[in-house]
Formats: sequence, structure tokens, C-alpha cells
Amino acid sequence: MIAILDYGSGNLRSAQRAFETSGREVVITSDYEVALNADGLVVPGVGAFAACMEGLITVRGDQIVRERIAAARPTLGICVGMQILFSQGLEHGVHPGVGIWDATVEKLEAPILPHMGWNTVKAGAGSQLFNGVEDESFYFVHSYAVKNPVGTISTLSNYGEDFLAAVEDGAIAATQFHPEKSGDAGLHLIKNWVQTL
Amino acid sequence: MSLSVRIIPCLDVTDGRVVKGVNFTDLRDAGDPVEMAALYGREGADELTFLDISASAAGRETTLDVVRKTAEQVFIPLTVGGGIRTVEDVNQLLRAGADKVSINTAALARPELIAEIADRFGSQVLVLSVDARRARTESGFEVTTHGGRQSAGVDALAWVEKACALGVGEILLNSMDADGTRAGYDIGMITAVRAVSRVPLIASGGAGTLEDFSAALDAGADALLAASVFHFGIHRIPDVKKYLQGQGYSVRNAQAS
Repeated sequence: MIAILDYGSGNLRSAQRAFETSGREVVITSDYEVALNADGLVVPGVGAFAACMEGLITVRGDQIVRERIAAARPTLGICVGMQILFSQGLEHGVHPGVGIWDATVEKLEAPILPHMGWNTVKAGAGSQLFNGVEDESFYFVHSYAVKNPVGTISTLSNYGEDFLAAVEDGAIAATQFHPEKSGDAGLHLIKNWVQTL
Repeated sequence: MSLSVRIIPCLDVTDGRVVKGVNFTDLRDAGDPVEMAALYGREGADELTFLDISASAAGRETTLDVVRKTAEQVFIPLTVGGGIRTVEDVNQLLRAGADKVSINTAALARPELIAEIADRFGSQVLVLSVDARRARTESGFEVTTHGGRQSAGVDALAWVEKACALGVGEILLNSMDADGTRAGYDIGMITAVRAVSRVPLIASGGAGTLEDFSAALDAGADALLAASVFHFGIHRIPDVKKYLQGQGYSVRNAQAS
């Protein structure tokens, strides 16, 4: 069973449907035990860094993520759900994140922001997530990102400058883009992740 | 690695059906919105926009249902506009499955609504829809309401600058002179708005020939919205993408069915 962590006001139903295309049961939950023990946990996120972090802490999501990593249970962060896994974010002031990876989420240097739309990536060597969709485009909506590689496998994209589009690091993975909004390529990537469960 | 230009079919929806008129009159039924959304998704649309032109509360409720059904079947971003007055309206649409909302009249009446929505949901959900036409204002472009029939008494460029400062994440620029004419996007208007804004710009109104699409991109648009040319099969999305690719623009899935 896959759990999508519900810790805010966003719509999670379409994310649920996207993950269901993998053939697995998918629940939307803010329950500590359900999220902790699911075969796979998805941490979505829209809005500002600090507001998401606050919502995450309210459902003890920070603790859930740390415990899942310690127990090697697959966890996937998406968009701001990826950003809050870093040590800090600079959106509307300096805010601490969960701190899984030691890096800062900074504003992108680009003439037009947000970075909005379909972009290609340079998949990291040995990536499982991008297996078969290395040359596809994915849907991004963000103005902030991490600019240096972290974890075992870093996948980069470029908008004004290089930034981190995805991380695979043992049981935890994350994408700056929205696989659930990235058409067939996104569904393929979701299936790749589900196969690691 | 490069960001693709976006091709966005726009579905005008009233009482659960897609319609599209010329200059907002002479409406013709163009089909079922969920089916059309799925078809456009298969053809390689990069986003979809629903414009709810329902006049009644029942029509709006039907639109929420259309949004729900579409978001469960089509895994590309969906923007919904039309009749949004409050933060709660936005909340309902996002919960139904919209990824972004576009606001227009309500923001003109009360610009603070922009900041209220951006503060609650983030700028990335908020598209400012600007229905503009050529006029004797300071910039030569003014904002209109009521489908282009009335002047809002606001200069279009001044409005764009103000809305950007309040926190819109994107601009949908609709030329009311060109809307539905298939005589080409208003290139001068796109150039002028691009010069005063630092958020993504969607050009809308007037798409006719393939050259019209590349002309709007040359003028600085990041995305291209069109309705009738797609609904009535004058161009198919893959043909537009192949053409733009040939012009040197980065596109996604030019090869889609």
C-alpha cells in the first residue's frame, strides 16, 4: 500500500489517481502509523517552504520521514515536498527544513520566474527513477531549488542555471518536478519508483 | 536541457459543455469537456485551461464536477478560470483538482484578492487573465470587462505591473481585438506586456496560421493558448509542435499521436 501524506490544503486526489495507475492501492492519510508503515510514502507539497514545513510538523511528518529512512522504507518527496527535506530554505526568510540532506534551497537565477513548464533532465548515472524516460520532459513549477548535487544519484535540470531536479539516496527519493502532472513520462517514473517498494 | 514552449488548448465550459464563439458571441457547441481534455492530453497538450462561462450557480457546480473528472483522468496541469471571486472559490477549485486558477474581473474590482490568494496557496497557482484591447490609454492598451465590450478604465500595462507586484505567478494575455478572428495574435501587445513583466506570459486570442504561433513566441510569449483552431480541427497540436520545432523552438512530444 502507498500512502500520500496529507498535511495541507492542496488537492491530492489527482496524485492518488496517478499513483494508482501503477496498480497499487493508494491512500491519502495524515495518520502517523499509516504513513510510517506504508510500503511507500509520498510527501507532496505546494505553496511556500515555511508553510509546508509547518504543516508537515503538525502531522509529525518530519519524524515519520526520519523513521522511515532509518527503517529503509521507500519515501518520495515531490516539489516543495522535496525542498523541505533539505537543511534550510530561503523562501520568505531563512527557514529550517527536515535536514535529510545538508543543502540550501535557494532562489533560481533566471530572468522569468517561476520556472513553469516542461523541461528535460540529465539523469544521474545508474538512476532507477528515470529508467526508460531519460530523454522525456517533466512538469516543473517552482522558483527555488538546490543547486548542488546531494545523495547517491543526482539528476540535474537547467533553467537559467543548473539545479537539482531529482535525488535518489537509498530509501529516499525526491523530485523537484511533478511526476503526477508529467503525462505518460511522469506515470512511467511513478511506476519505476513503485517497483522499488 | 531546455524549457519547452507550452501549447494550451482552452475549453470554454458552460453547464458542463464546451463552447467557443467568435468575439464571445455566436457560440457553437464543441463537445464534452472531459473527453476533449483527454483527447488533447493524448495529442500532447502541455496544459489545459477551462474557462467557466456559466451564468448560474448550478452551472458552476457542474464545472467543479467536470474539473474533478478531468483531473482524475488527465495527468497534465489544469487551469480553471471564470467567476472566481474569493479565496474560498480558489480553494474549492484546487480541491476539485485544478492546479492553477485564473482571475480577472474580481481582481480588477479588488486587487488585494491577488495577494490574498498568493499568500494562501502560493503565486504559482495564480494566473492573471487580462482581456485587453488597443485604446487611447498611456500605453495604447486598456483592460476590458464583459468579454471585451466594456472598458475597465485601467491601462493594461499599469495593471500587469501592479498585479505582478501583488503576487500573480503568470499572465494570460487575451487580445479582445483578435479573439476568435484567427487573424493572428496581437504581437505589439505581447511585446509590450513582456517588457514590463518577469513572470511567464501566455499569449491568447487570434491564433490562425502556424506562423501566428511562432510570431507570438518571437515577441516573448512563453506559452500559447488557442481554442477554435484546435476545437474545429484547423490545426492539430502535434502539427503546431512540429512546426515550432522546425523554427528552432524546444517543444515536448512533437511526435505524439
